[in-house]
Amino acid sequence: MKTNKLKVTMTAAMASLLLLTTACSSGNSGSGANAEGKEEVTITFRSSGSEDTLTKYFESGLIDKFESENPDIKINIAPVLASEGDYTSKIVLQMKSPDTAPDIVAEDTSIIKSDAAAGYLEPLDTQVAGWSDWQDKFIANLKSGVTGEDGKIYGIPATSDTRGIWYNKELLAEAGIAVPFQPASWEEVLEAARTIKDKLPGVTPLNMIVGKSSGEGVTMQTLEMLLYGTNDTLYNNDTKKWVVSSAGLLDSFKFINQVFNVDKTGPTMQVALNGQAGSIAFQQLFPQGKLAMAVDGSWAGSTWFENGAAPIENVADKMGFAPFPTQNGQEPGAITMSGGWAWSIPAEAQNKEAAWKFLEFLMNQENATARVVAEGNLSPRSDSVDVAGYTDRTFVAEAQALLEVAQFRPANDEYATVSAQLQSLVESVASGKLAPEAAVQQLNDNVTRSLGEDKVEVK
Amino acid sequence: MKRKSKGAFLFLTPSVLLLLIFFIVPIILTIYFAFTNMALTGSAARNLQFIGFQNFTNMFQDPDFRISVWRTLVFLIFSAVIGQVILGFILALLMKEKNVTFRRIIGIIVIAGWVTPEIVVAFCMVAFFSDNGTLNQIIGWFGISPVSWLFSFPMVSVIIANIWHGTAFSMMVYQSALDEIPKDIEEAATIDGANNFKILRYITIPMVKGSIVTNMMLVTLQTLGVFTLIYTMTGGGPGTSTQTLPVFMYNQAFVNYQFGYGTAISLVLLVIGIVASLFYMKSMKVKV
Repeated sequence: MKTNKLKVTMTAAMASLLLLTTACSSGNSGSGANAEGKEEVTITFRSSGSEDTLTKYFESGLIDKFESENPDIKINIAPVLASEGDYTSKIVLQMKSPDTAPDIVAEDTSIIKSDAAAGYLEPLDTQVAGWSDWQDKFIANLKSGVTGEDGKIYGIPATSDTRGIWYNKELLAEAGIAVPFQPASWEEVLEAARTIKDKLPGVTPLNMIVGKSSGEGVTMQTLEMLLYGTNDTLYNNDTKKWVVSSAGLLDSFKFINQVFNVDKTGPTMQVALNGQAGSIAFQQLFPQGKLAMAVDGSWAGSTWFENGAAPIENVADKMGFAPFPTQNGQEPGAITMSGGWAWSIPAEAQNKEAAWKFLEFLMNQENATARVVAEGNLSPRSDSVDVAGYTDRTFVAEAQALLEVAQFRPANDEYATVSAQLQSLVESVASGKLAPEAAVQQLNDNVTRSLGEDKVEVK
Repeated sequence: MKRKSKGAFLFLTPSVLLLLIFFIVPIILTIYFAFTNMALTGSAARNLQFIGFQNFTNMFQDPDFRISVWRTLVFLIFSAVIGQVILGFILALLMKEKNVTFRRIIGIIVIAGWVTPEIVVAFCMVAFFSDNGTLNQIIGWFGISPVSWLFSFPMVSVIIANIWHGTAFSMMVYQSALDEIPKDIEEAATIDGANNFKILRYITIPMVKGSIVTNMMLVTLQTLGVFTLIYTMTGGGPGTSTQTLPVFMYNQAFVNYQFGYGTAISLVLLVIGIVASLFYMKSMKVKV
């Protein structure tokens, strides 16, 4: 009798648990408008922590201004705290379901084609057609980064950037290297690093992003910066095939091997393979005078501004930004990779019209420029130069000038797969686990296997 | 009678439903996805296609997969079979019939590793093995220059971490099994002239055989699934030197966004677990 009673109680408990779970699962769905009848627009982007400049930018009165102009719309900011790689998978999982899809999402231009091909993003062609700024004010070659393989527009470019060599002027001068630093070939970069190693013990000569936990930065900031300065590329636009083996690729891996294993002028593996390698370099090593050079993005210097994470006084006198040279100094002499982030509207978003209204507001001349100023990025709008405070920022002129020699990542939805392979291979080469020749061979094997033989070629 | 069984069925429905929703459907879906091209992004994400054994064919041709199976076996044998099971047994044996205070002190030290969440263990171990970490400071006292443990000996580091984390479980299983052995049997053996080793070999081990097999199985299955520890300590690197199957699976699913391939790998992991369990049961001739 006693056990029977227990069983009945247990069953009843389970039944109520089941009811509760069903109730919960239906509770969240279909939230288009809130209790006050306002349309809610949720905007999702990657946050790197509490000191995140993008969150600060939104909270600096921007949202209040929009909401007072549009009393029927409420804006929710929903930053995702994640590493760059995790951010992509998190937002994709969110975008899959109408219950969780944000109304506006920040997309890295390297993944936008892939997400568009997957059907996660809303084409914005009709919207941009009715927006005069799009035709007149947005820099034309950035539009290719947000165009899907079907030729439709899937995002509004929000930031752009270039990459080069950040360096500590005082340390270089101390080692007897001419400042401003203007290396004309890879060899001169290596030579400078070796000189620093000899003359300044305790200083890391050259930081490059090589840990696969740093994600896309490994491919773009390190491998592609090298590769596109040779006579080869990663993707052949004419044959529409991936170049998985070439002299340039081998030389790029050799450069990494030279820095980390032969000359040993790179950071320790402990720093290099850390997911925060970039932050360690710019927030700790550079300000402490323990790092001489680092290949990184144009935004990284904003770390040292007054409102940055690790301010340096008189930063323009102490730090410099040099173009990364081509392999042997061949035309055009310097090379940079350009990318950036865009704003997109997910296909499953609930309030697309209100979302577009906010996007237009967000990307007008004043607000778009305010963001890139805050983040130390380059603007996708050509009229940002007319806004006070845009061009007179330290290092911006140098970074902006590099746009002339900028190369873009392959415009293809298979890029993510190839990039992931490269990240792992660069890490293996830098940590001395794989020879450059073997790395090229593995890239060839792995990409051929995952994409098929008709998608690759060997040069 | 008939009414009674009807009533019982009604009461069973919620639990059957729960089992169906949370156990059976996900398992069937996993098996199905392993045979598709399911991807997180890209055009494959839009067209889910049944591709037969393609994922498995790719897997067995993938050198990374073969490396990962090898790393998994090394990790399993050293951290689970040799480390936790044998060390746990020795600890339990040493503590047998010692006084309560001694048992408690040792017990608390060992169990500290076990009650600590995996992610915290990982952070502790990173602090222990890092460049300025505890281990380097200790060897520094003897004039040995610091070693980058996590990069020079990554596999050894994660194995030690897993042993530290898991040994207490084996120890406790053996302790309770050893306590069950009636004292008079061992005393009789001593009177018959058996030495300690012989008692261990012919009396103690055979009598706790069941516990050994159960423990081996549990520890093996637990170790096969270790992800957080390795991922946090080394990320599977440097290169692929600590990339066990769970880490490889994660990389395929969430870094390369190939879900179908990732689930196929998870099925292989499941099969390895089943085979290992069967092997233990067979070799110890135990019926479960």
